[in-house]
Amino acid sequence: MKRNVLGSLMVLLLVCVLAGCGTEQKNDTNSDITNQNQTQSENTNEQSTNEEIMAKQDKVVVAVPQDPDYLDPHLSAASGTTEIMFNVFEGLLKADPSGRVIPAIAKDYTISNDGLTYTFKLQQGIHFHNGKEVTMEDVAYSYKRLKGDITGEPLSEAFEEVEINVVDDETIAFQLTEVNSGFLVNFTKAVIPSGLGEEAHNKTPIGTGPYKFKGYNPSQNIVLEKFDDYRIEGIPKINEVEFRIFADSQSAFMSLLAGEVDMYPRMETENIEMLPENYYYVEGMQNMVQLMSMNNATEPLNDVKVRQAINYAIDTDFIIEAVANGKGTKLGSNMSPVMSFFYEDGLQDKYNINIEKAKHLLKDAGYEKGFELTITVPSNYDLHVKTAEVIVEQLKAVDIQASIELVEWGIWLDRVYKGRDYETTIIGLTGKLDPNNILFRYETNYPRNYMNYSNEQYDTIIAQAVKTTNEEERARLYKEAQVLLADEVPAVYIMDPNFIVALKSNLKGYQLYPLYVQDMSVMYFD
Amino acid sequence: MKKRKYSFNFYIGIVIVAFLLGIVIVSFFYTPYTVTQMNIGKKFLKPCWEHLLGTDHFGRDILSRIMMGSQTAFQVGLISIGIGLFFGILIGSIAGYYGGIVDEILMRIMDAVIAFPGLLFALMFVAVLGQGIVNTMIALGIMSIPQFARITRSGFLQVKPLKYIDMAKSIGVSNFRIMMVHILPNVISPLIVACSMGFASAVLAEAGLSYLGLGVQPPNPSWGRMLSESQMYLLKAPTYSIVPGIFITLSVLGFNLLGDGISAIRDPRK
Repeated sequence: MKRNVLGSLMVLLLVCVLAGCGTEQKNDTNSDITNQNQTQSENTNEQSTNEEIMAKQDKVVVAVPQDPDYLDPHLSAASGTTEIMFNVFEGLLKADPSGRVIPAIAKDYTISNDGLTYTFKLQQGIHFHNGKEVTMEDVAYSYKRLKGDITGEPLSEAFEEVEINVVDDETIAFQLTEVNSGFLVNFTKAVIPSGLGEEAHNKTPIGTGPYKFKGYNPSQNIVLEKFDDYRIEGIPKINEVEFRIFADSQSAFMSLLAGEVDMYPRMETENIEMLPENYYYVEGMQNMVQLMSMNNATEPLNDVKVRQAINYAIDTDFIIEAVANGKGTKLGSNMSPVMSFFYEDGLQDKYNINIEKAKHLLKDAGYEKGFELTITVPSNYDLHVKTAEVIVEQLKAVDIQASIELVEWGIWLDRVYKGRDYETTIIGLTGKLDPNNILFRYETNYPRNYMNYSNEQYDTIIAQAVKTTNEEERARLYKEAQVLLADEVPAVYIMDPNFIVALKSNLKGYQLYPLYVQDMSVMYFD
Repeated sequence: MKKRKYSFNFYIGIVIVAFLLGIVIVSFFYTPYTVTQMNIGKKFLKPCWEHLLGTDHFGRDILSRIMMGSQTAFQVGLISIGIGLFFGILIGSIAGYYGGIVDEILMRIMDAVIAFPGLLFALMFVAVLGQGIVNTMIALGIMSIPQFARITRSGFLQVKPLKYIDMAKSIGVSNFRIMMVHILPNVISPLIVACSMGFASAVLAEAGLSYLGLGVQPPNPSWGRMLSESQMYLLKAPTYSIVPGIFITLSVLGFNLLGDGISAIRDPRK
């Protein structure tokens, strides 16, 4: 009995200590501004309720799933980091919500007629978060650092072959060795201040974006604070943004239910109907291509008839309904409709389910009795695992005995993506701003052509498109490439899963991007 | 008074185990629905007459999946205990019977195996040799060898000095026959208890590995896998997680009580 009492006392003590920790951290992460507000409201003797709401509305909490890989924008490769740091850094150019690139630090730019020289004019009077004005020296430093001139180690493949010339205090020119119509997006890479030392960028990152970096507590949060000197007047509107890190989606959603999270990007579709009344959600395409990639170099998948048969046997509508609650856009080729200008419509219905036709094609190919198939799936992606389960079930109709092999993400990258040792795999290819970067992966000699797809005609189209500077003509070529992919089906194109963002009802202004980013600068409390 | 309390455990245990065994046997001939049959119109149904335990995120019948999952659990339990028992008896009897340096070497190897935390060893094994139910069973089997070996050895050490063994030797009975026919039966009862307990921990370990995605591969049903799949829908469909949880608990509880009960009955000191 005594021991029990002692035990419960200890538990109680532990709870107290933990609770203590919690509140302490909260105070830590609150900004100076909110603290000031608090003291003010204390001073003015509790006419507080109004002010407290004001103070609360100065800060927004966003749920994110992982820690950043690097704070240094040139080292970071994870989409989850870009998602946050999009608010902190800007390049000469910046992406807008429609996916086009618009001038940011640059005033304007010109591309020479031969398509090889990009000349940028610097906008005057832009400041870094530390108060220093952005000079040509900083711009040159940033892109030379990416190229590898500073540390001797190239940080971006794109700039490796590019010659960087500072013309004068306002002008910089980039000389390419060959025409690349998709090169412009590379200028969205961050401009950072020179002369701070190489390590500093990873500890206290400084950029020119609407929010400045305030603090990072590993596995807890990243806090950003409004940058008052931002180049656009009146932006941003909210004083402080906390990206709170939740390792699993259930706990993130529970925090939302408790009202602690104001914004939850990539919420599971199952949770929509459980959203409390003071929340709403926004959804849209996210420029992702979820597909079942087939290894085009292995038997029997090297036979186009077999690949087509598999396409006919898989009911993508059912998959979208079963694994995404219908919140997804059906695809027919390796391009999401969100890339409107380059997207070829109509391909998505090419392989609507047709078991008869599938069986017929299999018979023609000599696989009347079906065959065994392994689907290798990275186990950390629940969506893909579930899709695999549905596909296994559907392929039974044409006597293909599929089995699922779950592998860890690291092993997947190593064995499937780099080693190309697999039969089929289910994965989502994240979107890029330029169609070339999306479609290039099917080019025969592309080092990451993990589907082992090879078609001379396709290679010609892609090579031609890269050299074409006329946008209409480029679009035509990329559409042609999509049709070719739909004919030859190196993969089963499934869907672009919808991006669902849950928001508190007074939080407005959310902008969907065809990129993996959260633009906090345009958001406001109503 | 004390004895009755222990046999009470025994009865509870045997009822639970019989219940689970019944489910396993029935599942070979009949499940209400096909386990992998999907029906997206019937996602997340609450328990009703049509689906006694409700449906999961693909509209699959949970009761059917639990029934098929019980096959997995028993298969893993039986085979891993089988492996452990076979090698455990072999090693334990050789070590106990011959003693000396052989004993020393074999038992130190056993100590080395036991030094690994069980689940960690299984994780390592499965990570190196690949996932799947076969490797899971082998890993769990290897894990359970030392305890059987130790029990067998201690039994052998007790019985070996007795007169009847010397007599058997003197009339020229072979060593193998002495070990298996004359000594081993003395160890049977503690081994049965260990089997029952080991079975429970094997079921638990399989559920754990499958929960982590390393054991049974989808879409084959396993209790642990169901638990991890249902975790995402904990708020939306609580029965989906509670049901496999209850079955895992029941089987662990059942076999432990049974083991407890048997040891109480067979132990002459009580």
